[in-house]
Amino acid sequence: MTGAVNVLIGLAMGLNLLALASSRLPSLIRTVAVQGVALGLMPLLLEARPGWMVGAVALATVAGKGFVIPALLGRAMRAANIDREMQPFIGFVPSLLLGAGGTIAGVAGARLLPLLPEHAGTLLVPGALASIFTGFVLLVGRVKAISQVCGYLILENGIYLFGLLLLRSTPLLVESGILLDLTVGVFVIGIIVDRIQRAFDSLDTRKLTALHE
Amino acid sequence: MSAALLILIPLAGALVAAAWPDERTRPWLLPVTGGLHTALVLRLLLRPPPLAPDAWFGFDPLARAVLPAVSLLFLCCALYAVSYLRIRTERPNRVFVASLLAILGLLSAGHQARHLGVLWVTTEAITLATVPLLHFNGTARAFEATWKYLLVGGTGIALSLLGSFCLGYASLRGGGGGDLTFAALAAQGAALSRPWVLIAWVFLLVGYGTKMGLAPMHTWKPDAYGEAPAIVGALLAGGVTTVAFTALLRVRAVVAAAGAGAMADRTLLVLGLFSLGVAALFLLATRDFKRMLAYSSIEHMGILVLGAACGGAGLGAALFHVWNNSLTKGALFLSAGNIRRAAGARTADEVRGMAAVTPQSAALFVAGLFAITACPPFGPFFSVLRVLRAALGTGHYTAAGIFLACLLLAFVGLTRLVFAIIDGRPRAGLRAPERRLRETAGVILPPLLLLGLSLWLGLATPAVLGDAWTAAAGVLTPAP
Repeated sequence: MTGAVNVLIGLAMGLNLLALASSRLPSLIRTVAVQGVALGLMPLLLEARPGWMVGAVALATVAGKGFVIPALLGRAMRAANIDREMQPFIGFVPSLLLGAGGTIAGVAGARLLPLLPEHAGTLLVPGALASIFTGFVLLVGRVKAISQVCGYLILENGIYLFGLLLLRSTPLLVESGILLDLTVGVFVIGIIVDRIQRAFDSLDTRKLTALHE
Repeated sequence: MSAALLILIPLAGALVAAAWPDERTRPWLLPVTGGLHTALVLRLLLRPPPLAPDAWFGFDPLARAVLPAVSLLFLCCALYAVSYLRIRTERPNRVFVASLLAILGLLSAGHQARHLGVLWVTTEAITLATVPLLHFNGTARAFEATWKYLLVGGTGIALSLLGSFCLGYASLRGGGGGDLTFAALAAQGAALSRPWVLIAWVFLLVGYGTKMGLAPMHTWKPDAYGEAPAIVGALLAGGVTTVAFTALLRVRAVVAAAGAGAMADRTLLVLGLFSLGVAALFLLATRDFKRMLAYSSIEHMGILVLGAACGGAGLGAALFHVWNNSLTKGALFLSAGNIRRAAGARTADEVRGMAAVTPQSAALFVAGLFAITACPPFGPFFSVLRVLRAALGTGHYTAAGIFLACLLLAFVGLTRLVFAIIDGRPRAGLRAPERRLRETAGVILPPLLLLGLSLWLGLATPAVLGDAWTAAAGVLTPAP
């Protein structure tokens, strides 16, 4: 079981690097969608005998992260008529190098943390750390609102990976509350992205400069 | 049961508001629900209900010490909202009213949350419910502010989720059975895995600190407060930040039980002083009187965490200051809203002579200014004094010195800007402000009421409140 989980997390870590390297928004959105599906399937693999609640949570995650949110972002992208991240604050090669460094640091850092024996052999913690770091690089280093939302999604995916450590101990009610909040959060972000596009006729966050001291 | 009603009544009110057909009468749902909520919460304040130890929600000592202030603030804002929405008939108010009521329910839930995960869920829900309120004005600037609020606030709240997971893992690693109520976590005490507790504290402090608006995570605050309607600013500054503060207090109690309380207090002290310093410097520079209120709020968040870092007495003083901050800041926001509406602008370059244009709002604004800068006999003077005494009592002499210097700078900055817009001759174009705003009882009484409450807290602090603050501080800092 651990093997399959590690393969999925390894895939997610590879997708992190792909997201950092992609300059075209459609491929960035696709990358995030695939990562969402990979992570959504994880609870099914982690539970020895998944009940219907776990199934429902997994289904909701896959549907939300893999299909609904990417579709929303894709629509906003087409409405704004942009498909490329131009002149990012952090270039693609430097972000890729940063991401690779972050991944290595994640693997090394996870060894320093005191983990329970059943978690020590998995890539859960390194994968979580690497994704959180990747998310931050995208949030800070990109200027298009859609890229930043993708960064936020990857950051969330990292936190979600970390949350899987607690899968067996957290009540599912709390877990689904968390999931619901995250999903609605991204919906709201999607709607605001749409409104910004209409108000500013652009999704370039560098134009959001009316408010400053 | 009645504790649950505090959450359920406003949420039911939100549903009714969403279904209510008439635009003109819908705003009345706000004061009706707010009044019910206040009556209930005051009853619970006087007669605290028995507490189920393992319940996820409960009217515990901390909720008792803080929630009534938020309820009173909401009631005054609700009364103001009726008049406000009457002059804003060009914008549909269905989503606005429903979101406000939902926020009241969620604020009640957040203050009463006794479970780590549930606390996070409610805080995130509050963040999301505020979004439609922030861009109520529908301007490009409002959307810009909303975007920054979502991105900065969303990242902060995501980090607090990570911190919650880390704290949960600390319990699991320490042999815990997965009970993530704060009582169970604190009961584990030193058994909690220390490295994980430290990591959790860092993330939770940054996460909930972002929600509170502590510097350097405060960047969303001036934009959001500057662009949102006055009622929303008041509720953000007096209600939402309070939930984040109580969240930090609950987490701090667990961290202290794990034996890392001294470390937590040091970080709180540094963040508090840094917020005070940043706020004081920006207050000297800003020309926009609504953004000024945001910096003032950052300053007062600094005072709160500074108090929380100074032991039991400081914590009690901080809880007292929560009341003063909520009520006084509410009065300032509502009167500033009146001035902003009448003037049609909000920087000192465009606005002057408002004492002649809106005399009552201007008087309230000036009185609120003196109250919030801790002039006697208003409440903030006494709570700031208590925080200062606690800082000196715990031997933080340098911190107390910096604290006083920042208060002085903030006073200079605030008075400079307030008198620049109040004093002088009104601008020539402002001959007919009556068209924009008439100073009716509906827009004057709510801020007056809030200011009166702030004065009352200073002149005669009710004994029941003093007991509530001491009791909450006692629960959060048990004697070693």
